[in-house]
Amino acid sequence: MPVNVAPGGVEYIRFLPEIILIAAGTLLMVLDVILRKGSRDVYGRISMVALVAALGASVLAYQSPGPAFSDLLIVDGFATFFRVLVIGVGILTVLLSFRFLNREGAETGEYHALLLFSVAGQCVMVSANELIMIFIGLEISSISSYVLAGYLRDDKRANESALKYFLLGSFATAFFLYGVALAYGMTGSTLLTGIRAAVSGGSAPVFIGVAAALMFVGLGFKVSAAPFQIWAPDVYQGAPTPVTAFLTTGSKAAAFAIFLRIFSTAFGPIGSVWEPLVWGSALLSMTIGNFAALTQSNIKRLLAYSSIAHAGYVLVALAARSEVGTSAAMFYLAAYAFMNVGAFAVVSHLSGKGERFLKVDDFAGLATRQPGTAALLSIFLLSLIGVPLTGGFFGKFYIFKAALDAHLVWLTVLGLLNSAVAAYYYLRILVTMYMREPSDATAELEPLSAGLRVALAIPALGTLFLGIFPAWVLAFAGKSSALVR
Amino acid sequence: MNLLDLVLAVPLAGFIVLLLLPKQGQQTIRGVSLIFSLVAFAASLGLAFGYHSDAPGQQFVTDITWIASPNIHYHVALDGLSLWLTILATFLTPICILISWTFIQIRAKEYYAFLLALEFGLVGVFAAQDLFLFYVFWEIALVPMYFLIGIWGHERRIYAAVKFFLYTMVASMLMLTAIIYVYNRAGTFNYSDIMEMLSNGRLSFTGGQQMALFLAFFVAFAVKVPLFPLHTWLPDAHGEAPAAGSVMLASVMLKMGTYGLARFCLPMFPGAARYCAPWIVVLAIIGILYGALVAMVQPNMKKLVAYSSVSHLGFVVLGIFSFTQLGLDGAVYQMLAHGISTGALFVLVGYLYERRHSLAIADYGGVATSAPWLSVAFMITMLASIGLPTLSNFVGEFLVLQGSAKANFTWTIFAAMGPILSACYMLWLYQRVFFGEVSDEVRQHVFDLKPREWAAVVPLIVMMVWMGMYSQSFLPAVTRTTARILDQTQVNVQFRVKAPAGSAMPTEVAHAR
Repeated sequence: MPVNVAPGGVEYIRFLPEIILIAAGTLLMVLDVILRKGSRDVYGRISMVALVAALGASVLAYQSPGPAFSDLLIVDGFATFFRVLVIGVGILTVLLSFRFLNREGAETGEYHALLLFSVAGQCVMVSANELIMIFIGLEISSISSYVLAGYLRDDKRANESALKYFLLGSFATAFFLYGVALAYGMTGSTLLTGIRAAVSGGSAPVFIGVAAALMFVGLGFKVSAAPFQIWAPDVYQGAPTPVTAFLTTGSKAAAFAIFLRIFSTAFGPIGSVWEPLVWGSALLSMTIGNFAALTQSNIKRLLAYSSIAHAGYVLVALAARSEVGTSAAMFYLAAYAFMNVGAFAVVSHLSGKGERFLKVDDFAGLATRQPGTAALLSIFLLSLIGVPLTGGFFGKFYIFKAALDAHLVWLTVLGLLNSAVAAYYYLRILVTMYMREPSDATAELEPLSAGLRVALAIPALGTLFLGIFPAWVLAFAGKSSALVR
Repeated sequence: MNLLDLVLAVPLAGFIVLLLLPKQGQQTIRGVSLIFSLVAFAASLGLAFGYHSDAPGQQFVTDITWIASPNIHYHVALDGLSLWLTILATFLTPICILISWTFIQIRAKEYYAFLLALEFGLVGVFAAQDLFLFYVFWEIALVPMYFLIGIWGHERRIYAAVKFFLYTMVASMLMLTAIIYVYNRAGTFNYSDIMEMLSNGRLSFTGGQQMALFLAFFVAFAVKVPLFPLHTWLPDAHGEAPAAGSVMLASVMLKMGTYGLARFCLPMFPGAARYCAPWIVVLAIIGILYGALVAMVQPNMKKLVAYSSVSHLGFVVLGIFSFTQLGLDGAVYQMLAHGISTGALFVLVGYLYERRHSLAIADYGGVATSAPWLSVAFMITMLASIGLPTLSNFVGEFLVLQGSAKANFTWTIFAAMGPILSACYMLWLYQRVFFGEVSDEVRQHVFDLKPREWAAVVPLIVMMVWMGMYSQSFLPAVTRTTARILDQTQVNVQFRVKAPAGSAMPTEVAHAR
C-alpha cells in the first residue's frame, strides 16, 4: 500500500476535535504554572470552551467523512456518534466539577487538563481504524483516568481507587497488547480491514481466536464486564463523584466503541468463535452486577454494580452480531450516559463536603426538602429500571429486540428478568427519597447551583427525549452501524 | 383528534397542570384535579353515547406513527370490550378524588397528580391497539400506583408497594419478550393486523412457540388478575394502600389482567389457550373457593375485601376460559360489576377508617346505630357483592356459571359455591361491624355520611341497581366483541383441545398437519 507522506488539509479537519482538546489541555497546564492561585474557575471555563469547540469540530469533521493519516483514523457516522457522546459527557463532567472542586478545595488546573486529555484519548479511540492507534487512544485516556480517580490525594479511598485502577488497568492493557501483537503476527496487518481481509481468507483460526480472546480480556476490563469487573466497585466508589460519572459513561462508551469496531470489523468473520464468550460475559455481568447491587448501602457502590449490569446489557447487543445490535448498543450507551451522569450529579449534590453522605439512607426525605431534585433523580432511576417513556426503556427494548432477531431467546429472557431484579435496588432509592422522614443529609442541603442545574437539566431532558422521540437518534445510529465497508 | 384522544389527553394535562401549581393551595389542587377528572368523565360519556353497538370492529380510531423503525404507532381505538372498562376508569377517578378530599393532608399535590397519571395509564391500557403502546401504558400505570401505596398507605406500605411493583415488573418482562418476538415474526405491533395475519395464515406459530408465547402473556396477566397462586401481592397492596388506591387497584387495575387475557391470550394463541384451559380453570376455581375461605377469617376489613376480589376475579377467569359466548359475556360483565361493587366497598371501608382510624373488625360494632345511612349504603353494596338478583354482580356470575355449565358441568358445581361462601363472609362482616353493642369509641367518632361523601357513593349505588336491572344497556356492545373474540379462537388452532387417541404429544399433531 503506498504511504501518503504528506497529509492533506481535509485530514487535519478530520482530526480537529483531538487537536483542539490536546492544545487546550496543554494550554491549561501552562496556565496552571503562570496564573495566580486565586483564579480557580478560569480553568473550568477554558476547558468548557474547548469541549464545545471540539463538539463543533466533530460535527464539522463529519461534513467530510473519510479516512485520515494513511487510514489510521476514520471519520464516519460511528466515530462521530461516539465523539459527540464522549465530548458531551466531558461537558457535563466539567459542569459537575465546578462546584465539586470548590467544595473540596482541590486544585482545578490539572484536573481540567487531565479531563481534556482523557476525552481526547477517547476521541482517538472511537475514530481509530487501526490497532496501534486504538492502543494509543486507550492509553491516553486510561492514564489520565488513573490520575483523575486519585485526584483527591488526601482521601484514602481515592488513593485505593487510583492504585487499583492503575495496577489492574495496566495488566488488562497488557493483555490487549498481546492480542494486538498476535493479530499482527498472524495477519501481517494492524489495520482492522486488513485483519478482516486476512481472516476471511482462511488463515489459522485458532490463533486468531486467541488474539480475539486476549483483546476481549483487555476490553472486558475497560467496560467492566464480568469476569473482569472486580476492580469496578472499589474504583467507582473511591473516585471523586464527577470522575465516577465520567468513568462509568464516557470511558465506558469509548471502550465499547472500540469493542464494537474491532469485533465487528476485524473479527467479524469469526463471529461464531467469539459469540459464546460475549454471551457468557453478558449474562455473567448482568447477573453479578444486579445481584451484588441488591445488598449495597453505599449509593456510589450501588451505582457501580449497576454499571456492571448495564455493561452486560450492551454486551447482549454485541452478542447479536448484527447492525441492529450495533445501533442498539449505540443508542443504549447514549441513553445510559444521560441517566447515569444525571444520577451521579444528584449524588454529588447531596454528598456534601468530603463526600460524607453517600448512604442510600441519606436520601431520606429528599422529596420533601427538594422536590425538584427528587423528581429529576426519579426520572434517572426510572430510566435505569427501564420504565417506558425514558431513554433507558427504549435502549433495553432495542437491545433485546436485536437479541431476539439473532435468536438469542434465552439470553433475552434472562436479561429481561435480570432487569426486573434491578428494579428492586433502584426502587429502594425511590422509597427512601419519597417514603421516609428527612435525614441529616437532606436537612442541611444547599440549593442547586447554576452549574448543577444545567448538569441535571440536560440529562433529564435527554433521557425524556430519547424516551419519547427515540427515532432520530436511532436513525443516526442505524445509518452509522454498518462498520464494515 | 377524536373524543378518545381527549379522554386520554385530559388526565395527562391535569397531571402536568397539577405539577406546575404551587403546593400550598390544597383547596385549589383538589378543585383542579376534580375538574380535570370530571371533564375526562364527561368526555368518556360522549364515548358511550357515540358508540354504535351494532357496528362491527373498532371505533374512535386514531392511528399516528410514533416511531418509524421499529414500526410503532400511537394507535388507540375502542370496541365493546374496552369501551366500558375505559368508562369505568374515568367514572371512578372523580370518586377517588372525592373520597380523598379530607383524608389526604400531606403532599396533596403529588397525590392528586399521581391519581390523574394513573387514570391516564389505565385508559391507555384499554384503548391501545398497538402491542408496544399497550406495554408502555401497562408500565406507566404501575408507577403512580407504586407511589400512591408507598407514600400515602398504612404502616407496612413500603413493603407492599415494592412487592406490588416487583411482582408486576417480573411478569411483564416476560410479556415484553413475547411482544418483541411477535413483532419480529409479524413485522408489526398493530393488533388488528396481527389478528388478520393469523386468520389468513400469513403468520402462524408452531405448537411449542404458541405455548411459550401464550404462557409469557398469561403469566403477566395472571399476576395482575391475580390468579391463584400468584395473588399474594394483592392482600398486601390492598391492605396498605390508601382508600382511593384500593379503589383504583381493585376496580380497574385488576381488570388490566382479565382484559389482557380476553384481548390477547385467547385470540392470538387460541390453540395453547384451549390446551391450557382446564388447568387454568382449576386454578380459577381454587381461587374462587380459597379467596372466599380466607376472606372469612380475616380480622382486617380491607384484607377481607381484598380476598373477596381474588374470589370474584376467579369467576372472570372461569368465564373467559370456558370458551363460550355466555361465559365471555359474563366475564366482561363481572369485570364491570366487580369494579363498581368492590370499589364501593373500599370507599365505604375508607369512610369507616377515616372516622375510627382502624381497619380491625373487632374495633367496630353497632355502627348502624350511630351512622344509619352509612349502614344502608354498605348493606346495598354488600348485597351487590354477594350477587343478589337485581343487583349488578348477579348478572355476571349467572352468565359465567351458565357458560361454564355448557363447557363442563363439574366446574359449575364447584364455582357455584363461591357466591354461597361470599354470602357467609359478607353477612358475618356486616353483622360484626354494624350490629351489636355500640361502643363509646364508635358512638363518638363514627358519624353519618356528609354530602360530599354521599356524592361519591350514590353514583356507585345507582350503577349497581342499573347494571342489575337492565343489563341490556351494556351487554349488546360487549356481546358483539366477545363473539368476534370467540370466533378468532376458532382459527389457527394449531393443536386441538383433546389429542386424538394414540398421539401422546399434541404438538406432534400440529406438525403432522
